[in-house]
Amino acid sequence: MDKKLGVYLCSGCSLGESLDMEKLAKVAQKEYKAPVCRVHPFLCGAEGVAQIRKDLEEGTVNTAVVAACSPRVKTAAFSFDPTAVIMERVNLREHVAWCQKPKDEDTQMMAEDYLRMGIVKAQKSEPLEPASEAISKTILVVGGGVAGMTAALEAAAAGYEVTLVEKQAQLGGFVGTLKSRFPQTPPYTELSADGMAEKIQALTYHPKITVLTSAAIVKTEGQPGMFDVTVEVEGGSKSFRVGSIIMATGWKPYDAAKLGHLGYGLSPDVVTNVEFERMAASGAIARPSDGRPPQSVLFIQCAGSRDKEHLPYCSSVCCMATLKHAEYLHAQNADAKAYIIYKDMRTPGQYEKYYAKAQNHPATFLTKGEVASVRKGEGGLVVEVKDTLLGGSVQIPADMVVLATGMVPNSADGEAIRQLHDAEAKVLRNESDTQRQEAEKRVAELKQHEGTEILHLTYRQGPDLPVLRYGFPDSHFVCFPYETRRTGIYTTGTVRAPMDSSHAAEDALGAAMKAIQSVELASKGQAVHPRAGDLSFPEFFLQRCTQCKRCTEECPFGTLDEDAKGTPKPNPYRCRRCGICMGACPERIISFKNYSVDMIASMIKAIEVPEEDEEKPRVLVFMCENDAYPALDIAGMNHAQYDPSVRIIPLRCLGSMNIVWIADALSGGIDGIMLIGCKYGDDYQCHFAKGSELANRRLENVKETLTRLQLESERIQVTQLAINEYGKLPVLINDFMDRIREMGPNPYKGF
Amino acid sequence: MMQPVTESPNGKGILVIGGGIAGMTTAIEAAETGCDVVLVEKAPYLGGRVSRINQYFPKLCPPTCGLEINFKRIKNNARITVLTQAEVAEVTGTPGDYRATVKVSPRFVTDACTLCGKCAEVCPAERPDEYNMGLGTTKAAYLPHSMAFPAAYAIDRAACKEGCTACAEACTYGAVDLAQKAEEKVFEVASVVAATGWTPYDANKIDNLGFGRFPNVVTNVIMERLAAPNGPTAGKILRPSDQAQPKSVAFVQCAGSRDENHLPYCSAVCCAASLKQSTYVKAMDPAAEAAIFYIDIRTPGRLEDFRTKVVEEQGVELVKGKVAKVEEDPATHDLLVTAEDVLGGRKVTRRFNMVVLATGIVPNTDGLPAGFALDEFRFIAAPEGKTGLYGAGCVRRPEEVSATVQDATGAALKAYQCVVRSAHHG
Repeated sequence: MDKKLGVYLCSGCSLGESLDMEKLAKVAQKEYKAPVCRVHPFLCGAEGVAQIRKDLEEGTVNTAVVAACSPRVKTAAFSFDPTAVIMERVNLREHVAWCQKPKDEDTQMMAEDYLRMGIVKAQKSEPLEPASEAISKTILVVGGGVAGMTAALEAAAAGYEVTLVEKQAQLGGFVGTLKSRFPQTPPYTELSADGMAEKIQALTYHPKITVLTSAAIVKTEGQPGMFDVTVEVEGGSKSFRVGSIIMATGWKPYDAAKLGHLGYGLSPDVVTNVEFERMAASGAIARPSDGRPPQSVLFIQCAGSRDKEHLPYCSSVCCMATLKHAEYLHAQNADAKAYIIYKDMRTPGQYEKYYAKAQNHPATFLTKGEVASVRKGEGGLVVEVKDTLLGGSVQIPADMVVLATGMVPNSADGEAIRQLHDAEAKVLRNESDTQRQEAEKRVAELKQHEGTEILHLTYRQGPDLPVLRYGFPDSHFVCFPYETRRTGIYTTGTVRAPMDSSHAAEDALGAAMKAIQSVELASKGQAVHPRAGDLSFPEFFLQRCTQCKRCTEECPFGTLDEDAKGTPKPNPYRCRRCGICMGACPERIISFKNYSVDMIASMIKAIEVPEEDEEKPRVLVFMCENDAYPALDIAGMNHAQYDPSVRIIPLRCLGSMNIVWIADALSGGIDGIMLIGCKYGDDYQCHFAKGSELANRRLENVKETLTRLQLESERIQVTQLAINEYGKLPVLINDFMDRIREMGPNPYKGF
Repeated sequence: MMQPVTESPNGKGILVIGGGIAGMTTAIEAAETGCDVVLVEKAPYLGGRVSRINQYFPKLCPPTCGLEINFKRIKNNARITVLTQAEVAEVTGTPGDYRATVKVSPRFVTDACTLCGKCAEVCPAERPDEYNMGLGTTKAAYLPHSMAFPAAYAIDRAACKEGCTACAEACTYGAVDLAQKAEEKVFEVASVVAATGWTPYDANKIDNLGFGRFPNVVTNVIMERLAAPNGPTAGKILRPSDQAQPKSVAFVQCAGSRDENHLPYCSAVCCAASLKQSTYVKAMDPAAEAAIFYIDIRTPGRLEDFRTKVVEEQGVELVKGKVAKVEEDPATHDLLVTAEDVLGGRKVTRRFNMVVLATGIVPNTDGLPAGFALDEFRFIAAPEGKTGLYGAGCVRRPEEVSATVQDATGAALKAYQCVVRSAHHG
């Protein structure tokens, strides 16, 4: 685009009193030859905005730089069509006037640099071009249990075509095998029917739903809006295109064979809760050893769950399931004793009513306790329980023991299988003893995953959704529970987290909404969360690619595939627009129309670095625009003062930081560099999962280079900051500046 | 005056009542899918209860992080109309075809507000700071909190000195309009989602636990403000009687919940909340004593990891036993907590500097428009059949933030279905 620059300076909100507006205008007019440059005392007001709109409409300006308040405020006033107008906000209020001495030389230099950086950024930007690919809006649901069936029916009820794939011959999943479900409606004391027959009926005859049973996915390729799926069904295979995917593959019971210490395998009369449910659903409850109805049943809660040796998490449903099983027992024989040995009874919300009802049954005996042993006794079993509420150990005889085994998500297999293959390959390579031992350990751990891959994604990063802890494929965001690291693929039900059937059905609604939203956004070429609506796409100048594979490995969302040589194959609709690939690329070949390596490098060059004898150091601060940047805004709103030597550059994600900028900055005489991003590690807060961690890792390598160049590695600092730690920011900046001043100027200054 | 929303290509829009995390989520998820949404919030800012929480469990991360992203999504989405200081007066009609009347109270500050803060600077009057649970004051011209959205000041006219117009005179931008009047707006929508959230159970009603009588007995919601960097004590937990840092804090679980005399249900979040708050105490002073008196510790799913971490790494003590009474030592204002230590099999009385009551969740269903079915606890019950009225979040059941977001995303789908149906049949 032929740029017609307009620079709009606001002198309101004390900017005019703090800064020399005329000198700022001169920067725009003299240094950047801006044909239009206006100063307004209230730019965000009707008159100020009307002036900008007029210039844009008359065509005298198509590239507007608004130097006023933070881009976080007055968004509506300064929003223009991104496909026609380039718009750049320069934050002279929160980041300059409100946090620096008024009418001060250093404050003025800061403002002028920010204006230069903003103008250069606008000059390097291009208007966005909306994408116009043909998008399939069909939703694929994988799994025909309660979550999958609900997702399918509800997405269809919103008008979308749905294909549901179920590996079993029948729909219904685990819930279809239940005798009854937990109470779902007031007064929450009565068990409810499973309701699956009606659901199966509705699904089977729904005009918008195609059901494929006894079907397995053998390949999923492509990207949101254009997933091409191949399914093996009886008598051959089928291929079709879908827009987004809901994975509702459910759970499997924790392997009771590992629970020998609780008596499993000791006697046929020790059964799991799933086996007990099946028994009740198919008729009478009978002792497996002799077929007689039990006079006493002892239920052991947390059999494998809340146990570091087995499943460290709580399986959430087993307390209610056991109370239900006690009711089954009492329906058969009101006098049969039900003993329940628990760690904590967990019946949240309205389920408390059902617990209260169970506690009132005269033949139900509940106690907190730890099971010490299960052994055979005369005519039955004897369970020793310690640390009970009754004090000390007790021996309880029982005709049957039921183990409340927990839930393992049906998701881990793909990831585990890939890791297993990697580890096995390492063992074979036999590179070093430690590596081999580590890999052997890993192989032993992973051998338990004997399942199959589910989605069979042809993604370079693996065939299934990546998992976090314990094999659950979620993102672990408190605020955004449906996020996964594969765009357009959402999980629901027990594969996402342990939950009961009515929660799974409700959970499916949200997953269906996200899947629908994903195809709707894709149809407009827009990004999904967290940059929802972003129209920019990464562009690859592949002629210069050296096949280093950093971009394909580092993308947290598995966006990029590779050809045989290792050249990235972009799948733009998988992209979240974080720019992590751009930060990874040593050849600087990845860029967005409004965000690129060259653009930031030019902003760095635009900073006027004073000569060494002026004793005015300059420090560059790369900040995550999602958390650290707003935090600095709040520091400004609180009028917290900090050193005027810093120059802030916001990044889409700290992971988009390209180390070439560090080299550019240091060779340009910048004395130090701070990177401030989100917390990483197990409890990461990065909205793009891995960005801040990757930035940190890249920097470790840079520090080595610095040392080689005889530069102090302390000139670069990475800091993790949460958004509410704005009180710490000025201190952080000032402390860093103190250290930089102690080190003295960058010796490369002036080269 | 009638001001119906513009019809979206898919049909009518939806109305969301309540701008907390549930309502915001429903509104944003629906708008990003293509619905027009009117989001109505009673307070002058969005974010509701979560905006007053210091940290989320189990990650101990600040809620403002997610709120900032959600505010950004709202700012970038022209389909969402946000009305603050607004309440829904009436909803009439049938699924797919509702008329909602919304009363918008005056903010006395217009969209022209630039956040410059001059109005608060000159304001001579003060008001109790409701954002900080009344633990402090703001000027009558105030910004609810530093990350408030919409980012604009508000004027509490009830707190103004009579005849005072200092703020209007100080505002260079003409953004203060003291003559602003209440407005009534009417919207035609396909569906209404109630996301009106919850209120903490009134701890004054639990006689034996001493709240309201002993200054150092506080509730869990007050504890969040005491621990928050933008709270009344700038993030230092200080006990109210003498502003001293407590060396020992007791957390009393099920303060009202799981109790036939108060709330018969379990409030579901208080166990993890107290575990979290015990980490606030430990972060301030690792040597401080933190004990949680409980009936059952309920940390479902992977929250169990959090329980394990807090107990094993931070040395927080869990005492199984319901607290029978809390008394005060009048000399020191310390508290004597008597509980049945069921594992020890005896009654114990222990002294603490401060007591935090884990009060439960009471749904905000009073004043909802007619048509929502409620259960015996006044939570919105799951609707039967095809309707256009849905609940989202804690107004349906006590639940933590991520479950609320999940539920609110689902409610967005139910509302979206009504929009689609209204487009086809309307």
